[in-house]
Amino acid sequence: MQKGKRGIATYYIEAGEELVKNRMALCGLIVLAALFLMALIGPHLNNHTYFDTHLSLKNHPPSRQFWFGTDELGRDIFTRIWWGARISLFVGICAAFIDMIVGVCYGGIAAMIHPKIEEFMMRCADILYSLPQLLLTILLMVIMGSGITTILIALTLTGWINMARIIRGQILQVKQNEYVQAAQALGASQMRILGRHLIPNVVGSIITTATLTIPSAIFMEAFLSFLGLGVQAPFASWGTMASDGLNAMRYYPWRLFFPAAFISMAMLAFNMVGDGLRDAFDPRLKT
Amino acid sequence: MIAKLIFKKLSYLLIALFFVCTLTFFLMKAIPGDPFLQEQAVPEEILKSLRAHYGLDQPILTQYFKYMKGILTWNLGPSFKYEMQTVNQIIKEGFPISFVIGAEALTFALLGGISLGTISSFFHKKSQDHLLMLLAVVGISVPSYILATVLQYIVAMKLNLLPVARWGTFAHTILPSLALGALPMAYIARLTRANMVEVIGQDYILTAKAKGLSPFKIAMHHLLKNSLLPVITYLGPLSSSILTGSFVIEKIFGIPGLGGWFVSSIINRDYTVIMGVTVFYSTILMLSIFCVDLLYYLLDPRLRVKVSYAKG
Repeated sequence: MQKGKRGIATYYIEAGEELVKNRMALCGLIVLAALFLMALIGPHLNNHTYFDTHLSLKNHPPSRQFWFGTDELGRDIFTRIWWGARISLFVGICAAFIDMIVGVCYGGIAAMIHPKIEEFMMRCADILYSLPQLLLTILLMVIMGSGITTILIALTLTGWINMARIIRGQILQVKQNEYVQAAQALGASQMRILGRHLIPNVVGSIITTATLTIPSAIFMEAFLSFLGLGVQAPFASWGTMASDGLNAMRYYPWRLFFPAAFISMAMLAFNMVGDGLRDAFDPRLKT
Repeated sequence: MIAKLIFKKLSYLLIALFFVCTLTFFLMKAIPGDPFLQEQAVPEEILKSLRAHYGLDQPILTQYFKYMKGILTWNLGPSFKYEMQTVNQIIKEGFPISFVIGAEALTFALLGGISLGTISSFFHKKSQDHLLMLLAVVGISVPSYILATVLQYIVAMKLNLLPVARWGTFAHTILPSLALGALPMAYIARLTRANMVEVIGQDYILTAKAKGLSPFKIAMHHLLKNSLLPVITYLGPLSSSILTGSFVIEKIFGIPGLGGWFVSSIINRDYTVIMGVTVFYSTILMLSIFCVDLLYYLLDPRLRVKVSYAKG
């Protein structure tokens, strides 16, 4: 990571420019921006609510009145999609954020502390990491009942370890730099070195890992919904809507098509942005 | 050296397994209510005898030791919901079926992923490469249950090429294993391509070219060998992703495997089955990750110099 005298801010600005130049990543960013915007304003674009039922208009195909059609209780799918967007995106981003905070703290501290304690901390993380995440998640969901909080707890319970490992590895690498020695010689405390010198230098990895955590959290949420452990009616996430739509696919395909399309679109966009970030921050891949 | 490594990894494995078993037990005990309480009122005497029958009236520590002993002697107890069925029986009947599907999906994912990734890296930064990688990103972006349903609808219902669901002949296994292997395949293709591109840039490839080796020989001896090592590391997470997928796929295709059982036991809140299958699957998963670690160590001579490198 040679950045010379140009300073760290320039480095991030350059990475940002690199990202925007990457066509796939730019597409991803635009799609994400559109999804976020629609999650904010989408539910207010027509005069249906996500819980209003029209029992006489069950399974209505997309029309001028119901843009994306209606579901088995005659609820407007367009409005529910954007409510679902709020929940799915919220779950994804929150999980990534919690993972990031816990992972960076744990990994950072492990990298700075006495090697014996570091060894112990990383062994604990190893053991936690080898626990099958999905099975624990299911177990937890069965026991605590479904709901957004449970989904978040279940997702973050073991999710932070990946981040902690990456951050520790990166910080150990960055720690070799001379400016760290210089800071130590000037009498800076360990925590100051960590906060002022080391973490700013690994922000690239942090952002990349966090961005790639979001799609896997959304994926997991969709999977839990399939198992009947997702958010409960009348709320809807993309995952619950898609798994409700599965049985209706033959006769009312729009009930599966719209949620499935939006899950895939969001996943695709997050993955493309994450890939773009990795390319932008990882100088090894620059050619 | 290797004995020490095995010992170290094995002891982590045992600690982690112990952790899973204990956690599973206490989480199950923490559930409010009673597994025998149903919608209709059950008389108090019947409840009492039911609890006594399943040993639920004993102190919690006694139950815990009994449960641990059960795991050690591979006796996971009866199912609460299906009378006359024990968890052992369920695993014995369901697992071989899941194993066949899983092995097929694994083969498909590895073969497909490695060849697609290799092709893509040969066309690095050309349109074929972009197309393949775009496909791969799409592949990791579609949840497996959606892919499975769509495959089932198009291939089996519309085109009538393969059976829609159920279990029996080889034809029954094709669609499920395709649906199950698609996501890991896309992931492996990306991984292979990234490693290939990196290895192609190395000096020893240039040397091999300068020596006049045929492109085929270079690909087999130098490229694949060096760029497939990270794919082996992915085998651990791969088996877990195939396992996860199998829950969904078996349910959708009506396959009587263990994954389908697990999902219905979750829906039915059949606690002993959930517990037993969780412990069983955890063991399988951790064992496979252990084997992958060992394999990786055996295949990569660089690791034998400095073991701690693997931890990075």
